[in-house]
Amino acid sequence: MEATWKKHLRKETLPLPFCPGCGHGILLGAILRAIDASGIDIKDMLFVSGIGCAGWIPSPHIKADTMHVTHGRPIAFATGAKLFNPRLKVMVVSGDGDLASIGGNHLIHAARRDIDMVVVCANNEIYGMTGGQVSPTTGLGVKTTTTLAGNVEPPLDLCRLVEAAGASYVARSTVFHLEHLIGILKKALGHKGFSFIDALSPCPVQYGRRNLYASPAEQLKDLEKRCVPLEKARSMTQEVLKGRIVIGEFVCRGEH
Amino acid sequence: MSPKIKNPLPPGNYFFEGNQACAEAAIAAGCRFFAGYPISPSSEIMERLSWRLPEVGGVFIQMEDEIASISAVIGAVWAGARAMTATSGPGLSLMLENIGYAIITETPCVIVDVQRAGPSTGQATRPYDGDIMQVKWGSSGDYQVIALAPWSVQEVYDLTIRAFNLAELYRVPVFVMSDAALAHLREDCRIPEGVDIVGRTKAKGVPHFGTEGPVGVPPMASFGEEEGLIITGSTHDKSGYRKTQDPNIQKDLVDRLNEKVLSNAKEIIQTEEHFLKGAEIVVVAYGLVARAALAAVKEARLGGINVGLLRLKTLWPFPKEEIRALRARRIIVPELNRGQLVREVERVTKVEVVYVNRVDGEVMGPGEILEAIKKQ
Ligand SMILES: Cc1ncc(C[n+]2csc(CCOP(=O)(O)OP(=O)(O)O)c2C)c(N)n1
Ligand code: SF4
Ligand SMILES: [Mg+2]
Repeated sequence: MEATWKKHLRKETLPLPFCPGCGHGILLGAILRAIDASGIDIKDMLFVSGIGCAGWIPSPHIKADTMHVTHGRPIAFATGAKLFNPRLKVMVVSGDGDLASIGGNHLIHAARRDIDMVVVCANNEIYGMTGGQVSPTTGLGVKTTTTLAGNVEPPLDLCRLVEAAGASYVARSTVFHLEHLIGILKKALGHKGFSFIDALSPCPVQYGRRNLYASPAEQLKDLEKRCVPLEKARSMTQEVLKGRIVIGEFVCRGEH
Repeated sequence: MSPKIKNPLPPGNYFFEGNQACAEAAIAAGCRFFAGYPISPSSEIMERLSWRLPEVGGVFIQMEDEIASISAVIGAVWAGARAMTATSGPGLSLMLENIGYAIITETPCVIVDVQRAGPSTGQATRPYDGDIMQVKWGSSGDYQVIALAPWSVQEVYDLTIRAFNLAELYRVPVFVMSDAALAHLREDCRIPEGVDIVGRTKAKGVPHFGTEGPVGVPPMASFGEEEGLIITGSTHDKSGYRKTQDPNIQKDLVDRLNEKVLSNAKEIIQTEEHFLKGAEIVVVAYGLVARAALAAVKEARLGGINVGLLRLKTLWPFPKEEIRALRARRIIVPELNRGQLVREVERVTKVEVVYVNRVDGEVMGPGEILEAIKKQ
């Protein structure tokens, strides 16, 4: 029997346009599973996405209202739609370049307003669609097409950014930790206020190859190695945590 | 036109500034969403709407910048709103990215451009016709917009209402081209009891981004109507699916985005004629400058000069037929810039065209236009 969450896909748009091994397809599946599990009627949902491979996660694949907008702006478009029709259940899905770089200001101010929407950052730590340039979340030393000798700029911790700005639900997971990811997505969907999920989603083609991962599977496994659950991280020193990714729920405030 | 809706403001004569008239016109036209960012000389529009919109059940938000403002407006329109933003040249420059998005997604919206002297920050409180070309060509690609140019506070009111109706009729962004002087000019403004409103065309289960014919305007659903809207700023087919490699879909879309406006130019364009019959010299003017031009024309006629005025209430689509029809020996185009719309005039007429310009941030008086008339 077909999994129930698959009914939310527009069959005529399949197969997905992502490269083999791309995390974005797994993330799409996680989002749909979370919606299915949360009992939300997908017809009440609006998905807004920006430009990049990540912008194609909802659009046009999800069978609901989808709005694929300009680079960096999905949160601003979503803000207008949500304010005018508060009955809409709004989810923004976009990339790290889109949400953290060109759209960084919108991210900060939506968090500050604590506007009721879920923002999912499909974070592959790279500009995937444009050919693998460095992004604001690329780690130190990582090779990209604009940092051939390794990135020298420290990455931005998006969870800490939106927490400081005022988001009332903030969590991080990865497509490797699928059940955990679905869990926090579900929680975010039930949360009233600004929910932010940093979802690490590897890009084997533009990131993996250049940084000597043997295969997409290797890259996924490395994600497991890099991640530390928040509970464990609390007892670790900053020194030990350097270069590691802390996953878990950072902020969970107010109504659920 | 669908039925008149009752004006929320009691009818009568009001002593309004241009910016106040604009805000009240938006409310009367059914605008229920405004997103903006403060900028002189437009800010009074958003300040007034910040309290007037909640009074009539609408939504106001001050966004983090102009990019976000126009984005929020477009998002709200697809959520079902009639929506507007207001800005000035520097803010318009930021909005251009998503004005392009509104054009390709055929999103009806109104953008009030209260122009000021540029380039860049320029003179924030001085009038200028600085954005005549920016609104037409500022975003990338080939497209048509509609731009209206009021010459009085009353017309700011009337044309703002018209802007909302044109936006719905053709599913395009419509600009109201005010300026720093008109924004703060205080005059009588007659508020009518009812206003003619064009509603959104709805149809269930039909494509929202294409029509059978090459010049049509498709119906438009809103989010939450179970239409499964697929909206994208990429080239798309009639149903909204991204189609970024098909030359025919690209061509058909670009052609229709242009032709749906151009083929209706007759309905959209409004001009006003003063003493044009048999005029040997014609002044072509728009906005506040046209008031100085009319005074100059009257003065010159008293002196026996056979001169008339063609006033353009619509700047885009450009009234080329109206200009081409002028049988004068000279056309004079006064503008508060180094010559922007005058180039369009030159493009469409064989008559010799004379420029009269003012770029010092002051309003144009009848004197300089009269002088030019006398020289011809
Ligand atoms: C205004 C603008 N600037 C640049 C681009 C080019 N561009 C397309 S996708 C992209 C990067 C997307 O990166 P990200 O958001 O991380 O998504 P990914 O492809 O990695 O999933 C850029 C810069 C654009 N489309 N628009
Ligand atoms: S380039 Fe990277 S992010 Fe884009 S589809 Fe391919 S693997 Fe995924
Ligand atoms: Mg990315």
